[in-house]
Amino acid sequence: MQWETVIGLEIHAQLATQSKIFSGSATTFGAEPNTQASLVDLGMPGTLPVLNAEAVRMACKFGLAIDAEIAASNVFARKNYFYPDLPKGYQTSQMDHPIVGKGFLDITLEDGSSKRIGITRAHLEEDAGKSLHEDFHGMTGIDLNRAGTPLLEIVSEPDIRSAKEAVAYVKAIHALVRYLGICDGNMAEGSLRCDCNVSVRPKGQAAFGTRAEIKNVNSFRFIEKAINHEVQRQIELIEDGGTVVQETRLYDPNKDETRSMRSKEEANDYRYFPCPDLLPVVIERSFLEEIRAALPELPVQKRERFEREFALSAYDASVLSASRELADYFEAVLAVCADAKLAANWVMGELSSLLNKDNLEIDQSPVSAAQLGGMILRIKDNTISGKIAKMVFEALAAGEGASADEVIEKKGLKQVTDSGAIEAMLDEVLAANAEQVEQYRASDEAKRGKMFGFFVGQAMKASKGKANPGQVNQLLKQKLEG
Amino acid sequence: MHQLTLAQIARGLAAKDFSAVELSAALLARIQQLDPQLNSFITVTADQALAQAAAADARRAAGENGALLGAPIAHKDLFCTQGVLTTCASKILHNFKAPYDATVVDKLAAAGAVSLGKLNMDEFAMGSSNESSHYGAVKNPWNLERVPGGSSGGSAAAVAARLIPAATGTDTGGSIRQPAALTNLTGLKPTYGRVSRWGMIAYASSLDQGGPIARTAEDCALLLTGMAGFDAKDSTCVDVPVDDYLAALNQPLAGLRIGLPKEYFGAGLDGRIADAVLAVVEELKKLGATVKEISLPNMQQAIPAYYVIAPAEASSNLSRFDGVRFGYRCENPQNLEDLYKRSRGEGFGAEVQRRIMVGTYALSAGYYDAYYLKAQKVRRLIKNDFVAAFDEVDLIVGPTTPNPAWKLGEKSSDPVSAYLEDIYTITANLAGIPGLSMPAGFVDGLPVGVQLLAPYFHEARLLNVAHQYQQVTDWHTRTPSGF
Repeated sequence: MQWETVIGLEIHAQLATQSKIFSGSATTFGAEPNTQASLVDLGMPGTLPVLNAEAVRMACKFGLAIDAEIAASNVFARKNYFYPDLPKGYQTSQMDHPIVGKGFLDITLEDGSSKRIGITRAHLEEDAGKSLHEDFHGMTGIDLNRAGTPLLEIVSEPDIRSAKEAVAYVKAIHALVRYLGICDGNMAEGSLRCDCNVSVRPKGQAAFGTRAEIKNVNSFRFIEKAINHEVQRQIELIEDGGTVVQETRLYDPNKDETRSMRSKEEANDYRYFPCPDLLPVVIERSFLEEIRAALPELPVQKRERFEREFALSAYDASVLSASRELADYFEAVLAVCADAKLAANWVMGELSSLLNKDNLEIDQSPVSAAQLGGMILRIKDNTISGKIAKMVFEALAAGEGASADEVIEKKGLKQVTDSGAIEAMLDEVLAANAEQVEQYRASDEAKRGKMFGFFVGQAMKASKGKANPGQVNQLLKQKLEG
Repeated sequence: MHQLTLAQIARGLAAKDFSAVELSAALLARIQQLDPQLNSFITVTADQALAQAAAADARRAAGENGALLGAPIAHKDLFCTQGVLTTCASKILHNFKAPYDATVVDKLAAAGAVSLGKLNMDEFAMGSSNESSHYGAVKNPWNLERVPGGSSGGSAAAVAARLIPAATGTDTGGSIRQPAALTNLTGLKPTYGRVSRWGMIAYASSLDQGGPIARTAEDCALLLTGMAGFDAKDSTCVDVPVDDYLAALNQPLAGLRIGLPKEYFGAGLDGRIADAVLAVVEELKKLGATVKEISLPNMQQAIPAYYVIAPAEASSNLSRFDGVRFGYRCENPQNLEDLYKRSRGEGFGAEVQRRIMVGTYALSAGYYDAYYLKAQKVRRLIKNDFVAAFDEVDLIVGPTTPNPAWKLGEKSSDPVSAYLEDIYTITANLAGIPGLSMPAGFVDGLPVGVQLLAPYFHEARLLNVAHQYQQVTDWHTRTPSGF
């Protein structure tokens, strides 16, 4: 049987506010346990929440960026359950009246095509604290630093059809929240977490299969692996005559498997009701217009502009617009060198592999955009060849010069374009390889083609790569044939 | 000295007839001597009180002259007081010393009021007899075999017995007005949002409101002036200016339009209390008021609506008492579930557990619409009734309670009969309007209260009318024998 996968994602994005959603405590990651927990965060009797206006602004920014409906008012509700790191015994969240309503996000698939993913809603809520099970000798430690950190829970429609699409969607959300400056996107620190609702159905069937929810997957790679594993598990289960049960599962990256956490029957009845300590949040139209006016260029708009203005391929444009920092870097290189294709190739090629190798972010790049742009200018004006450029790039990365010009000058890498000098050098090369020259001249066209490369290699070697490759080709041909 | 009202104390302190330290010391001695009969205090903070009194005397010597400077009071034990036990009269908070002051506590301390201690109450303010306290029942000074009302029963008993001239209380369904009525006191529940709830341990957040209990309307005006005002720490606190309650006390009542709801005088009301209400109305007419009959048609739905909404909110508000971070924790918990179950099962009393169960049920999947949502709709209707009534009249007058104080233990086995005693007070909480109860006579030697209700933020009108009434009557001056 042919199976179709249906996926809906719930992404929790930690909002980059200075203070918590309902208290004045700081939200810095990694502080000593319980040093960023105020009376409110500790759930002290008699304390009350006061909503952080910045969290509302950030949620609205997101809503506008996904073309969502933003209602005139939204309501906080209490989600009641007991857990030691949930200090009040309820999480203040939103239920019937979320701040962000229906919207959508267009994602780019690997083949360059675009797909629209519906976003059901996004709502504000507070994070819980952390239970620490190590180092407490059979007891549990509670760290409430994270309790009350603002989260935006972004719920997608079940529009996603594969693990790869899921990853593309999460990456698009990741890029978007970073573009908007509302979330740092640091998945390792839990700033962006993902719950995956996964089901399968026979291809062509309209009704959804029973879904399982995989909780808290925290990297792009794990999202793909967890979903693929879960899909496989469900298909095998059904094909063996079993049925999928609605349940919450946990992905174990070490074993690459999901396992059951709790079934629907064991699920809490959260007894949601409107939080009586908070008034409905009224969103003025003027407030939204003010935010809309200040929205930055978003990833999709940037991608389209890159394609349109710089004639980049859909793929290149989507890679370069994937993060605001990378896009800014690319545009800075372009501003210097005025050659989009070369700039794109160098940023996506040499620069990316350099950063990957050293595990650096673009804003930590050892080669600045100005340096790279300056170097590309020298490729364009034939001062250096592409091959020499790689040496210049490495030198810049190693800090061996402030600019490409300085490196070229210091290392004497300037390309030789004087045809007299190239001819003299070629004569020496041909003389030193007289036997091969004889063979070449005796060969047919096909064989000659293969042998020609040998002479080019020898010539470039003799010139230490500095001879202009075009001229070498042309003059060599004349000498061998002539 | 213990017979002095807050207003008289202010004049005495200003005239240097006595010092704040002398006054507080005298009242502390009186508490030590008499409170064992009443059980109105959970904690007496003698040392702290004398230090506060000395500080107040120093401020006065330096030229300050505030109306509450040096005035002795005490707080219901659900207002958080930094470093002082704040128990909500519950075993689950028997060891809880609040790490901060409630806004009300803070404001009154800043005004120079001297807190003598923390007052007994129904556990978590759930009750109308003060019998559900972990620290034992409070007795009514007018008859030690009778309840003082609740939940601010300790506040009422202590003020009625002249242990303190005034106290803070809170009112969720009548918890200031009903004990005031049962102990011959004046008590005011302000408009919801008039007094900050920061630091006031929540029972039912959308209904709870702090307010004063004292002997006279004038004293309520003095104390409310110190309590009321916007507080950015409470999102439900309303940013409207606080009226000059004292200045409003002496306004003439000529032209005041009084409404008497016909629904108030049905079955269940003691006829002698009905007579007391009509007698009050006669006095007010003499002062220039006009009277008409009005209707509050949805009043009968108030008790069921209240007993869904309040327990629903309570079931959530009380979840934080889990034995994890503060308060009572059971011995040797075997695992997390055991910790929760036994800490809460052993820490909460029967009435609190009953309301948590009711509230949890009302919010459960499948029941929410039938109970909680429906109750909220009823609440809206009740509010609309009042809004419509106040188009016609300036003030609603009626009984505070259907009966005078009942005997200790009399309704313990029948919680619903105790719930029904709240019929006249609960609607003001559901609608959010202010209400005041004032002394209006006696039945079988037990005090009777009459309730005044006014539109939103018209506390000044309530105090004005009560004060004018108290200028021409002397019910409020009667003292229980033995005190």
